[in-house]
Amino acid sequence: MFGKLSLSAIPYNEPIIMGTLLMVTLAGAALLGWVTYQRKWGYLWSEWFTTVDHKRIGVMYIIMALLMLLRGFADAIMMRGQQAMASADAAGYLPAHHYDQIFTAHGDIMIFFMAMPFITGLMNLVVPLQIGARDVAYPFLNSLSYWLTAGGVVLIMLSMFVGDFAATGWLAYPPLSELKFSPTVGVDYYIWSLQLSGLGTTLSGINFIVTILRMRTPGMTLMKMPVFTWTALVTNILIVAAFPVLTVTLALLAADRYLDMHFFMNELGGNAMMYVNLIWIWGHPEVYILVLPCFGAYSEIIATFSGKPLFGYKSMVYATAGIGILSFLVWLHHFFTMGSGADVNAFFGIMTMIISVPTGVKLFNWLFTMYRGRVRLTVPVLWTIGFMVTFTVGGMTGVLLAVPGADFVLHNSVFLIAHFHNVIIGGVVFGCLAAMNYWFPKAFGFKLEERFGKYSFWCWLVGFYVAFVPLYILGLKGMTRRMNHYVNPEWQPYLVVALIGAVIIMAGIGFTILQLVVSVRNRAENRDLTGDPWGGRTLEWSTSSPPPFYNFAVLPHVEELDQFWADKEHKRAYKRHAHYADIHMPRNTGVGVFMGGFGTVLGFAMVWHIWWLAAFGLLGMVASFIARAYDTNVDYYVPGAEVEKIERARLVPSQKLVEHVDPASAGQKVA
Amino acid sequence: MNKRSLVSALRWSCAGLTVFLSGCNMEVLSPKGDVGMQEKSLILIALGLMLVVVIPVIVMTLVFAWRYRASNTKATYAPKWSHSTAIEAVVWAIPCVIIAILGTITWRTSHTLDPYKPLESKVKPITIQVVSLDWKWLFIYPDYGIASVNEIAFPTDVPVHFEITSDSVMNAFFIPQLGSQIYAMAGMDTQLNLIANEPGTYAGLSTNYSGAGFSDMHFNAIATSQQGFSDWINKAKASSVNLDVQAYHTLAQPSEKQPVAYYAAVKPGLFNNIIQQYMGDMSMSRIGTQSPAQASAIPSSNDHAKASE
Repeated sequence: MFGKLSLSAIPYNEPIIMGTLLMVTLAGAALLGWVTYQRKWGYLWSEWFTTVDHKRIGVMYIIMALLMLLRGFADAIMMRGQQAMASADAAGYLPAHHYDQIFTAHGDIMIFFMAMPFITGLMNLVVPLQIGARDVAYPFLNSLSYWLTAGGVVLIMLSMFVGDFAATGWLAYPPLSELKFSPTVGVDYYIWSLQLSGLGTTLSGINFIVTILRMRTPGMTLMKMPVFTWTALVTNILIVAAFPVLTVTLALLAADRYLDMHFFMNELGGNAMMYVNLIWIWGHPEVYILVLPCFGAYSEIIATFSGKPLFGYKSMVYATAGIGILSFLVWLHHFFTMGSGADVNAFFGIMTMIISVPTGVKLFNWLFTMYRGRVRLTVPVLWTIGFMVTFTVGGMTGVLLAVPGADFVLHNSVFLIAHFHNVIIGGVVFGCLAAMNYWFPKAFGFKLEERFGKYSFWCWLVGFYVAFVPLYILGLKGMTRRMNHYVNPEWQPYLVVALIGAVIIMAGIGFTILQLVVSVRNRAENRDLTGDPWGGRTLEWSTSSPPPFYNFAVLPHVEELDQFWADKEHKRAYKRHAHYADIHMPRNTGVGVFMGGFGTVLGFAMVWHIWWLAAFGLLGMVASFIARAYDTNVDYYVPGAEVEKIERARLVPSQKLVEHVDPASAGQKVA
Repeated sequence: MNKRSLVSALRWSCAGLTVFLSGCNMEVLSPKGDVGMQEKSLILIALGLMLVVVIPVIVMTLVFAWRYRASNTKATYAPKWSHSTAIEAVVWAIPCVIIAILGTITWRTSHTLDPYKPLESKVKPITIQVVSLDWKWLFIYPDYGIASVNEIAFPTDVPVHFEITSDSVMNAFFIPQLGSQIYAMAGMDTQLNLIANEPGTYAGLSTNYSGAGFSDMHFNAIATSQQGFSDWINKAKASSVNLDVQAYHTLAQPSEKQPVAYYAAVKPGLFNNIIQQYMGDMSMSRIGTQSPAQASAIPSSNDHAKASE
């Protein structure tokens, strides 16, 4: 009846997990109770859960990412604590089986459920606004993508309390991830949570490619697209090219585990290295999927706050596209030590190095954007400068690892760990937090507190170096990754320093939370009524903050790269229109929530081999989809009169505010 | 801060960094064998080459951000300037040149440091067969007919040829102070050639996570004199246990923190049998047991091979 599931699946005897479960239950109950007390369920359901508005979906993605950052970071600091203690063969406080799940979960959560939702959220929030569109091409699909990803989150979180998670490393290399060596449900949770969220990501990718290619406002040719949109386009092309590889690879692994196939087993002609190749054919583009939109965000930020157009826009576009193509030609550098032979290794090593050329060009372009600018050292700019310094170091160690001869002694060491945290924290996390500070006022109509934002930045920056420089050194001392305990007592001081670094980063995360809380509390003081708090250059700043649900009452016409800047300069921004046409908009729908919910049930049932429940989940998904397909009531028209009312209400305060506006763009506020 | 104090601060911080880095004895950067030596100098050359771009970029980032800060109204402000063909040519050219040089070095060293390439030496290399098991290392010396667990010995200045496989999940065989590592994979035979030029006991480990007992999967690699090596071989030969099929099966069972052990004799061809159980007749047979495929009337390709022998 319940497959492999029984009450013994709950790890009662693990005090850490039970403590966490208690906390999660209490916090969850408090939250649910509060929402009930405030009678907000109806509001949440009709305005948020069922929304197809790209801005709200974007915000929900980012909330998900921030929550998962907390979970992923909890894993991180537990690992740092364990390694700081478990010297000279001391056991530390985490048993191997628990520790091994933690490093696996840390990697998977940070990549799939923190970084991916964060960049998807940013693209959702920003891309349609930047290209002057009223929503994405497929608003319902967008909602579905979100709820599938949420299903993945539910499964991976559930794995902590019911059963266990994979103890295999974040990519679950076979044969270790095969049933023979990992007989528990951990790897199954891994497979199904990633399949659900991966499906969501692929659908998002399709959605954004179509949105960017088909929904640009009149006049916006490809070479007049803002750089963030360009990076989003390349990223989504990479998603559509790479994520199906992940889906198929995981499906083959599932076939091994569920149907006793032998794709990746040792026996009967299976080949684990096939999996390793396939997973990295997805995995290497994945890191560019994450970092390219961040490059885009830095580009927007540095141009806006330098009061100058981005230096070398064309170079930037070609560099982005070049990185996108090259990212598919380097996967083997993750396993030079497989023994592929010198020619193969050298080819992949050199291809990897070539990526550093367009990346280097980007750095120079950001530099020359600041050159002869008026750089306002706001929080987003601090993150950008911190990124430029940190990412340069990370890029250097990355190129070093791309030299096969050097990789032979550095592969899988904590030097490698330090390297990829250097580029992922320095590139992706800094980028996401920079972008959050930059676009927050657009989403909510008030700015984030500067002071706590700065504290957060400095804690992250200092904490990063304190945590990861010791790992660089330990890697050169021959320490490998994923060790639960170690013999050599010489390593301990470095690991203690690394733990201190993690604590400093924790303070950084704390300040980010504080920043959000204080900003919400003081929102009246930080209110931005102009829609353009920073002196922006691109179309998203031309509409109000938060934008009306239809984004643009009249679609803007684009003739220049920085159209909004030009409009302000020529005093034609904030144009009043005599007549507003009706606007065609999609209707909210709960089908995405239902399909995500049924998908989660399907995943959970597959994990535990509860076949009837799996059938129920699958049928539920299909039935919801069919119901949606026959629903004809999916759109409506906003009457022009209503649009006019909303627009008139907005333009009044922005006129009043003109004398308080930032000097960089003052005098150009109102037509 | 004036220029002089900046220079002196830089000088002090460089000195500090040197002291700090030399204070921590870094095994990978203090290799005891020729392969490791070459890899160390490769790392340093590559780093040096990249610092040529990296340091200016970091310095320019900080200098530009400071010089062109909004409050510094004395700095030039060119609100329209966003293109310069000359600068763009330079910023594309510099990384290209560096990468061209580094790429050439990479191509050359990938070949000279190819782990499969036998080392040039007048002395005949020693062969050690390496099997990763859950969670210990089995070492077989085919030329001496002995085997050991979690300890190897070899003479200094003699090339050591490792043949590596796994009878379980994937691992990686690595002795940081001697140089390169390579994966150990079931059904596959990877190779690694190393040499020790200084006597000593060097830490060896698995660098590819392999499950619960992974953290204890380390071994000692003893580089010693010819005499010391002979003594070590004799110590193994004096062991009371042999590595026959039965003993191997017992050893192959998962175990953690396995103590060092020696075997006076090894079943001939054991290493190849370990590899072949995962290939050829596709029978999933364990070593020494007759597989259903072999027993069946349908001859497999391997049976043909055997018949023709």
